[in-house]
Amino acid sequence: MSERLVIKNGRVVDPSQQMDAVLDVAIEDGLLRLIAPNIDATGGDTFDATGMVVAPGFIDMHVHLREPGFEYAETIESGSRAAAAGGFTSICCMPNTQPVNDSPTVTSYITERARRHAIVNVYPIGAITKNSAGEELAQITSMRHAGIVAISDDGRPVMNARLVRRAMEFAKSLNIPLIEHCEDLDLSAGGDMHEGVESVRLGLHGIPRASEDVMVARDILLAELTGARYHVAHISSRNAVDMVAFAKSRGLAVTAEATPHHFALADRDMQPYDSNYKMKPPLRAPRDVDAIARGLASGAIDAVATDHAPHPGDEKMQEFERCPFGIIGLETAIPLTLERLFHPGMVSLTRFVSMFTEKPAGILSLDKGTLKPGAAADVTIFALNPPWTYDVNKSPSKSRNTPFHGREFKGGAVATIVAGKIVWRRDDW
Amino acid sequence: MRAGLLGIEGLSREDIDVILSRSHDFQPPPRQPFKRFEILKGKTVVNLFFEASTRTRTSFEIAAKRLGAEIISITASGSSVSKGESLVDTLNTLGAMRPDAIVMRHAASGAPHFLSRYLPIPIVNAGDGTHEHPTQALLDARTILDRRQSLEDLRIAIIGDIAHSRVARSNVYLLSKYGARMVLCGPASLLPCELKSIAPGVELTTNMREAIEGADVIMMLRVQLERQHESPIPANEYFQFYGLRPEHISLANQNVIVMHPGPINRGREISSEVADSQRSAILNQVENGIAVRMAVLESVLAPEPAQQREELKAQ
Repeated sequence: MSERLVIKNGRVVDPSQQMDAVLDVAIEDGLLRLIAPNIDATGGDTFDATGMVVAPGFIDMHVHLREPGFEYAETIESGSRAAAAGGFTSICCMPNTQPVNDSPTVTSYITERARRHAIVNVYPIGAITKNSAGEELAQITSMRHAGIVAISDDGRPVMNARLVRRAMEFAKSLNIPLIEHCEDLDLSAGGDMHEGVESVRLGLHGIPRASEDVMVARDILLAELTGARYHVAHISSRNAVDMVAFAKSRGLAVTAEATPHHFALADRDMQPYDSNYKMKPPLRAPRDVDAIARGLASGAIDAVATDHAPHPGDEKMQEFERCPFGIIGLETAIPLTLERLFHPGMVSLTRFVSMFTEKPAGILSLDKGTLKPGAAADVTIFALNPPWTYDVNKSPSKSRNTPFHGREFKGGAVATIVAGKIVWRRDDW
Repeated sequence: MRAGLLGIEGLSREDIDVILSRSHDFQPPPRQPFKRFEILKGKTVVNLFFEASTRTRTSFEIAAKRLGAEIISITASGSSVSKGESLVDTLNTLGAMRPDAIVMRHAASGAPHFLSRYLPIPIVNAGDGTHEHPTQALLDARTILDRRQSLEDLRIAIIGDIAHSRVARSNVYLLSKYGARMVLCGPASLLPCELKSIAPGVELTTNMREAIEGADVIMMLRVQLERQHESPIPANEYFQFYGLRPEHISLANQNVIVMHPGPINRGREISSEVADSQRSAILNQVENGIAVRMAVLESVLAPEPAQQREELKAQ
């Protein structure tokens, strides 16, 4: 007897098939079977999605799961549960664990732990350089065979341009993108927040926008030189958005992602010296915030990714300049993107869904982000309008570092289905 | 104010007026010794310095003692801080001993602001990183007011490492509330253009002569090499272009007041001739520091200032 689930009466939005209509979705044995009106659900489970949006499973191409090495902050299991609670069916974990994911051994450890404990799909990203130290290349080819979907030294930008060039050549030959955390370390040295009126007012050392811009410029030129696929992580500066748009107009394989906090908050929105507002890149000026939102609307920026970065409370309970960078973000991504981009009419529902599905899947060449029959039945069901308040203390994540605790939202994830199984669902909608 | 004193930026002009006028009450008449008061009798103040300081720490100690309070000074070296205790734990530990206020200096900007969110005890900021040094700005204002009718319409040149100066920030916040015109001057790398936007009435220049021209007050800042991540100006060029020398004084208004928060580096930012001249108010600043800190401690710790005022008059 096969396992069957029919999602009834949802508004099915799948950019990969140019689909936007109220339909039923039939899932059988973990695979998508059929999308059609009035599917007979007899003999299986049903999910009533009336008034909700049914989309391909959302992908977060940038998270930190902290395992191995920092299991006190997050584990593959707890992070995957937070992902499911945010409506994500697939997540890509950055290599800055301990040890760093710079070898097939670590890659295999992560995929094995994920196979046993994760409730969503986990795709590891391998390091560019050994120990992400920026000095010699990591075992990129063997990691690729072990399952990495991209390379990045996220958090530790590769300052040596020659090394980036070589890494791009490998990445190209392996058909994976190189993802750069764009930050010139000499320009950002000692900085704790965006350099501007606010940093001068608060007496905090600034991180100028140029520290991102010069790296994006350098890497785009290297992408042209090598023909590699190059992806800008957590883009935050207006100039960088313009440069990515320019690179695209030249036909280069350059893509970018933005985090919800970079289009939802500006430096002036931060609570003074509250480390829940401290991240890299930092919250920028309002004109950058606008540029990020407009970049996502125009397609200059391809995808939304959270940069989910768990840190336990005691690390964040310090002098601002001593606190680590980063905030958690898996559960607030859909509602913040609805709030800032969809509800004000900056993006259509189709574009909204594509930023979380088709686009990241394309960047990483994943066979995900679609509801085409035969594909794995990863489905995200979300609602556009019901009001709710985010309570971080109910988060399955092991960390609580977010500036969005207590924020009132309109709309969010309702259910997360991975390979035909409902792994999370909201009980009050 | 009752909650402590974290910075000047959040104060109203009225708050500042109260402290400045009260500090006037605490200034000893010429050629007379300081009086001792009982206003804070039975109160305990902890002077917690995470950064080296002689004058500010001593000034708070004397201020507290002259008001009759007990004061205990702790410096970070040799304390639990060097054993790896977090700042929050250090403060909670001290807080459990129930002092009535904590005077705190810390190298991290915002450290007292961060702590004040978790600690029920009032905190007086004695300097936080490159952010604020509120009692310095108050004593500077007191010193100017000893020589001028008001702060309004004065032209005040602040010269030196503006970017890293908490003294400059607190002074800018204070003086701008009174409509003073401020010219901030320093080497370009120490003079971020955003300073113009932090408060009304601020101009910027890298030319020292331009800054001093027509100034009623010249505030020199210490070159804070320890607060810089790099050396933005060759040391030997500094005195040549930003050191205050006698020839500058003639560019300023007659009776210009020369100030410096100390400790001064003779021959680096100020020449001995100027520092020791009639125009210099540097030692008056030090003296006023005590009266101003008495006023601040009283406003933070004494429950009914009006009644205290009567007590003072009665003495």
